[in-house]
Formats: sequence, structure tokens, C-alpha cells
Amino acid sequence: MSTIPILKERRKQIYRKGEAPFEMSCDKHSLAGSVSQRACVFCGSRVVLYPIADALHLIHGPIGCAAYTWDIRGALSSGPQLHRLSFSTDLQEKEVIFGGEPKLYQALTELIDTYQPKAAFVYSTCIVGIIGDDVEAVCKKVGREKDIPVLAVHSEGFKGTKKDGYKAACDAMFQLVGTGATEDIAPASINILGEFNIGGEAWMIKKYYEQMGVQVVSVMTGDGRVDEIRRSHRAALNVVQCSGAMTFLAEMMKAKYGIPYIRVSYFGIEDMAKALYDVADHFSENPQIKARAQALVREEVNAIYPRLQEIREDLAGKKAAIYVGGAFKAFSLIRALRFFGMQVVLAGSQTGNSEDYETLRDMCDQGTVILDDANPLELSKYIIEKKADLFIGGVKERPIAYKLGIGFCDHNHERKIPLAGFKGMLHFAREIHTSVTSPVWQFVPFRQKEVR
Amino acid sequence: MAQAYRLNDLKTKPAAAATQNACKLCSPLGAALVFKGIAGAVPLLHGSQGCSTYIRRYLISHFKEPMDIACTNFGEQTAIFGGGANMKLALDNILTQYTPEMVGVATTCLAETIGDDVPMFIREYRKGHPSDELPPIVNVSTPSYQGTHMQGFHNAVLATVTGLAQSVSPDSEPMSCINLFPGMVSPEDLRHLKTIVEDFGLKTMMLPDYSQTLDGELWSAYQRIPSGGTPVEAIAAAGSSRASVELGRVLAAGAETAATYLEEHFNVTAHRLGLPMGIRQTDRLMQVLETISGVEMPVKYAQERGRLLDALVDGHKYVNGRRAVVYGEADLVAGVVDFLSEIGIMPVVCATGDRGGQLAAILKETLDPKHHARVSVLAGVDFVDIEEAVRQAKPDLIIGHSKGYSLARKLDIPLVRIGFPIHDRVGGSRVQHLGYQGAQALFDRIANTLLEKRQAASDVGYTYL
Repeated sequence: MSTIPILKERRKQIYRKGEAPFEMSCDKHSLAGSVSQRACVFCGSRVVLYPIADALHLIHGPIGCAAYTWDIRGALSSGPQLHRLSFSTDLQEKEVIFGGEPKLYQALTELIDTYQPKAAFVYSTCIVGIIGDDVEAVCKKVGREKDIPVLAVHSEGFKGTKKDGYKAACDAMFQLVGTGATEDIAPASINILGEFNIGGEAWMIKKYYEQMGVQVVSVMTGDGRVDEIRRSHRAALNVVQCSGAMTFLAEMMKAKYGIPYIRVSYFGIEDMAKALYDVADHFSENPQIKARAQALVREEVNAIYPRLQEIREDLAGKKAAIYVGGAFKAFSLIRALRFFGMQVVLAGSQTGNSEDYETLRDMCDQGTVILDDANPLELSKYIIEKKADLFIGGVKERPIAYKLGIGFCDHNHERKIPLAGFKGMLHFAREIHTSVTSPVWQFVPFRQKEVR
Repeated sequence: MAQAYRLNDLKTKPAAAATQNACKLCSPLGAALVFKGIAGAVPLLHGSQGCSTYIRRYLISHFKEPMDIACTNFGEQTAIFGGGANMKLALDNILTQYTPEMVGVATTCLAETIGDDVPMFIREYRKGHPSDELPPIVNVSTPSYQGTHMQGFHNAVLATVTGLAQSVSPDSEPMSCINLFPGMVSPEDLRHLKTIVEDFGLKTMMLPDYSQTLDGELWSAYQRIPSGGTPVEAIAAAGSSRASVELGRVLAAGAETAATYLEEHFNVTAHRLGLPMGIRQTDRLMQVLETISGVEMPVKYAQERGRLLDALVDGHKYVNGRRAVVYGEADLVAGVVDFLSEIGIMPVVCATGDRGGQLAAILKETLDPKHHARVSVLAGVDFVDIEEAVRQAKPDLIIGHSKGYSLARKLDIPLVRIGFPIHDRVGGSRVQHLGYQGAQALFDRIANTLLEKRQAASDVGYTYL
């Protein structure tokens, strides 16, 4: 096997713990010709806004962007299902030459009449900026005519990275915040940000907080509703998961409405419990909240602990590789995997910042490879070298793992199984266990060769 | 609102402003798929990072294989000053990392809209490198505001042939090789087609051939580019082949293709056939191969055909008179209808997301005139239109790819999954559509789907048919 080469321009984005530390290069545009696992600005906006179930999501551009994001995520809604449909202006050559505004206007009008959404998001794709459509003006006009918020999302694919797309989505949502009625909001109240209700995760987490006696004003954006977002500015605290996606909105809400925010993660027992305790601590004037949180954690952990212990016996000593979108998730996964006695040999993310990578460096064991914005060749190189038994990633990482005979756990937004919360930890354990303990690996040529 | 057009009254669908739940994909996807079927090739999309990532993800969910597709990764500066510098950097990095035997460049809507001159970028890149150091670089124009993934696919096949096929010395030996342009079919179909051609004693230059690159074995050693695919040198020699066989009736009714190009420039006879779906279209393929090779159809296929006919007779009562909705790429729809018309299933709605070309005219030829008034052809439609048509038609079954699942579920009508994509089942790569074998597989699935429906709906639950 020939050695897999690492591109010169990428060397500062790869660190091996134990080497002399340097500040990892990150937060930059992906390298041309390196097969980045990242998507684009549009993707960032689309993932953040996608779960808002009573809004119309119209993608202004040629068909691809809408076709590839149709019903793509496991984000559940307890009511309307409008977010699971795909709407595109499907621009043709004629509009590229003469402008797409008339078609956008007509499409918006027709769709709003048909589906009666509470709001509409209009996503700009790459060529919209180039052909010079005034999307903002069309949105304003239709908004006035139909009397609902129609919001332009400035998500032209090439204008930055996926993170810039998060910001564009937050900018659009921020226009909704502060426009709704705020009666019946308790002093102990929160918004849950950066939780997308994959497989019903937000429902689980919302219930935990409610059991503690904390009111959840809105979840942004899991099982999201426009009216909840509109009144979210009167919550006492913003609880933000997933460092990259919605911190922008939390910052804006802090600046304008004075709402403080904390960062949490709901993956793994430790982080889940901490997410509850941190909120309880914020409302310490009511000590009952903390007491209820402790009781809840005790009960939930007791319910899953025996089975987790059984699973731990099979998983202890196995090696895992992690490559996920946001670095914050990687931190949680490392802690969760340690619970099972597993060793993390590779940890990487698409959108981590230098602070995140420092944290990763501090957390990881000697020899662990840390990667920013990796490509399939790099991922393959290091999972082979490190002899990983398990890869945790998304759809694009799965075939890499499988070709080499390595188990896999999908921890991306397309999964249908809730992995957050205490019950989620049990699902996570089962997911890993089901993959790692399969008898099929004994037939895999790559792994057999290793053993010999 | 959908409008159903009867074969007797052909019209095209008026352009609705919005496309909802599209029944088509963008053209760079088709081009990338073609390049994935060429040995040692790396596809490179000239556009934003999302284009390649979304397309990779979409293809992976069907093929379940590694899917490296590079991107020139436009930034704001690139959109202002043009993508030349990014193209150069991308090519440098691909050559370093992958040492490819070919790079297939496909444009995107962004690159086309800013007016990048990709052929010039490639010429300049070549100037900077001694020619023996560089693999061939093929480029195809695939703006997603023109056509669908099928146009992207066929354009990439044509661009590859025009880019690579070399002039032939007049005194060279008559080749035993034929060019085979299969269209967008499953890896299982590709393997079957190759076997058929080889059984006539012919060699095949089949383009594309992702039967191994996108449906390969587990690796015993790491493969930067999965093995398999059409060899570049075989494509270069396509002008000296004995004949070309191109599959797809709608394709055949359209503009220039790889096969017509080779006929015009290299005098290679083009046989433009339908997808060999069902008996008659497979018979035609076999006859053409007999003509080209001078070899009689091997007994093995006569036996396959015989078993197929036997099965069709045994099962004819379960299918005759039933009504189906068929959707997908125009050529696949035409192929399915060819077969359905042979077993008595009425294709009450035939829908495609692309413009459809001559689809309606072709279906008119296939179907008995007395049925024309019962068949609706919808071109340029999306799944909202198709759903409305299904509601009105109340068919016994739906035949198409996975994206029709939600409407099939809503209307409680069984869906037989064929074509691409199959995202919600395993084995999308192994679905057989072509040849007598493919017809057999399709027949069994259709008949069993209808039987299962009847059995499930029955109060009695008989355990015999």
C-alpha cells in the first residue's frame, strides 16, 4: 500500500498529541482540490432553520440545492410537517439571464397561499448574488401582501464556510425574535438553542427541564414554531448547544435583550447532567429546581446504568475515531466513550475554532490525531494507522469506515435515533455495540491482515 | 396544480413558479457519476464546496461506497475574479493526493454564471506542465439551470469521448471491440450488459462503468481511487471499435451523443436502441449483437428468455389489467412501459422531472392506440404533480425510485423501487432492470407486490396463491 500523502497546505490543520504544540490553523475556507467533508454557507443556514416546522422554506436557485436537502434530517415535528417538503424556484437559463425576481415573487405567493405558513424563509444560493436579484425587496413586498414575516437568508454557498451559514440563519431568525406576545412567561424560563430534535431529542430534554420546574419558552429550532421564536426574548436564560450553530443568536439576544446564555451539551451522562445542573444553578434563588434536577438525574441514570455496564464490558479497550461537524460534540463524545473504557485515537471537526482545538488537545490521550476540515484520504490514513475499531461520523464518513472493516455510528443530523439525553446514552451505547460486536468483521480482509 | 395530458392530446405542463419535491437532480451529479465510472478518474466540480459535498452525500446514500469528488471551492474572491487560480490549485492538489489517470471537470451554475472559461484554464494548466506528467483532463459544461442530472450524465459521456477518442490508423486490424453507452443504470445492470456482450465474443468499451468502482468488494489494501472503471486507453481507442451501441429511446430521439459523434468522426456505426427492458427491447439488443458479431445468440440467453416467458405465462393473471404509475428519468420510464405493455399492466401515469423530450411520442408508439386515452404523460413535473395524478388515477402500484415513498405511503399504494436513488432500502446497486434476467427480476417483484397487497387485504389469508 502506498503511503497516503498529506497536502502541504493542510499540515497546520493536523496535530498529533505529543508533538510540539502549535496553534492549529482553522476557521478558514477549505482547500481547493482537497475533498472537504464540509458543505457550504447554504448548508449551514439550511441545517439551522430546517426544523422550524410551520415555516415555508423556499430555496431560490437552480434545483440541486433544494433536491439534495429534501427531507434530509431526522428532525421531528409534533405538528406541521411543512419543513419536510422541498421548495425551489428551480431557476432556468432564462431567469439567470433576465433575473429571477418575478419567479421568486410568483413562487412565494403561490406557496404561501397553498400552505398558509406562519413565516417564510427564502434562501439565496450561489448564483442569486451573481445575477443580482434583490431578494430582500421581494421578501418585503410579499411579507406586506401576505401579512407574515418573509425573511431573506443570505446563504450564497461561496460566501464563506458553513459557519457563515449558521450566522446568516441566526440573522434571519433574529428578525422574528421580539415580535411576539410575552404573557405567561415564568421567571425560571429558558430557550433551548442549537437542539434540533433529531429523533425526538428536544422533546426529551424539554421534559427534563420542565420536570425541574423550568419553563421552556422555545426550542430553536427543534420541533420549532414561528410564534415561539417570536416571544423567546422574554426567557430568562438561553441554553445553547452545539457551539457553532446558534451562539450567534445567543450573542445577539444578549446584546439586545440582556438575556445571558450558557453553553451545554446533551450527549453523554456527564454532560447531560451538567446541562441540567447549570440551568438549576442559574435559578438558584429557587433551590427546589436543583433538588428536582438531582432527583431526576439519579432516577434517569439508575434506569440505564445496569445495561450500560453490560455494554461497557464488550466495549472497553476498543479504539474510536470521531469526525463531526462541531467540535463541541467531539468533547462530549470523548467523555461518553471514556465511560465505556474506549480510547479515542482520532478527533476532528469541520468547523472547530482554535479554542476548541486547544480544548481537544488538552482532553485527548497521547498520540491522538486532531484534525480540522479533514478529507477522506486523511481520515483513512489515520484510522488505518491508529487501528480504530469504531468511527463516529456522518453519512459521508460511513463508507470509509466500512470499506476498511471498521464499525460505525452515525452521529449526524440524518440519523433517526435519539442519542442525546440519558435514554439517548443508552441508544448510543446500543448503536456502537451493535456495530462493533457484529460477527461480520471476522471476514473483513483489511482487519484480518492486521491480525496476522 | 397538476394537469394530466392524455396521449391523444399532447401538451407540455405550464411552468409553475415553484418546484416542490423535485423529481430530478442537478446536472453536475450526472457528470460526477460518469467520471466515477472511469478507471483512475477523479471528478472535480468547479464551484462551491457544497456542490460536491451534497452530491457525494446523495450518491453515497444510494451506492454506499466511498465517493471522493473534489471541488475547486469558490470563495467570494473567486466569484469576483474568476475561478482560474482555484482550478489550478485544485488540479495540483488532486494530482498530488490521488495520482489520477484522468480528471473529469464539471462546471456548476456558479462557474457558468460568472462566465469562467474552463477549457482555457485547462489549456493554461497544460502549458505549465510537460505533457507526459499530466493525465488527460476532460471538461464538461453542466450548469444546473440547464437540464437535469440526465443531461449532465449524457453530456459527460459525450465530452469524455470527444476529449479522449483519437484518430485511428486506417490499416489497423478490425477490432473485436464495441462501444457500449448504457445510460444511467445500476451496477448490476452494467455487469450483466458486459457479460452479454462478451458472450457474443466481443470486447466492450462500456462508458461509464461504475459496476466495480461504485459496487466493489471490501478492500484488502487502501485504494485512493477504487479499482475498476472504463480504462482511459479504451476510450481513446473508441474510434476504432466495430460499432457503438447506445441505450435509451429518448436519448436516441435527441441531439448529438457519444455514439453519433463516433459515427460522424470515426465512421463507427451507431446502433441506437432502447434500454433492454422486457422481451422486445432485449430481443433487439440481442439481434444487434448478432449482427455486429456474426455470432448467434448463445443458448444461455435463449434459455433465460424461455424461463422468462414461462414465468410470464404462469403469473399472467396476477398482473394483466392492473394499473401502474411510473416515474423517473424519461428513458427509464420508456423502458418500464415497454415491459409493462408486454404483460398487460396499463401505465396510467408516466411522469418525468425532466422535459421528457420525445417521451410522449415514444410511448404512443409502444402502446396500443386503443389505450392512448387512458394514459397520461407528465413531463417537467415534480412530486406534488405526480401525487395529484396518482390520486386521480388510483393505480394498483407505483414504480419508481425512493423519492416517491412519501406519496405512496400517504395514498397507501405499494411502491416497487427501481432506478436511482434508492435511499431507503439496501441493495440499490444490485437492482436488476435489464435483459431477460432484469425483466424476470422485475416481473417477480411486481407480481409479488400485487399478491402481497391482495393477501394482506384479505380477511381469509390463504396460504396458497
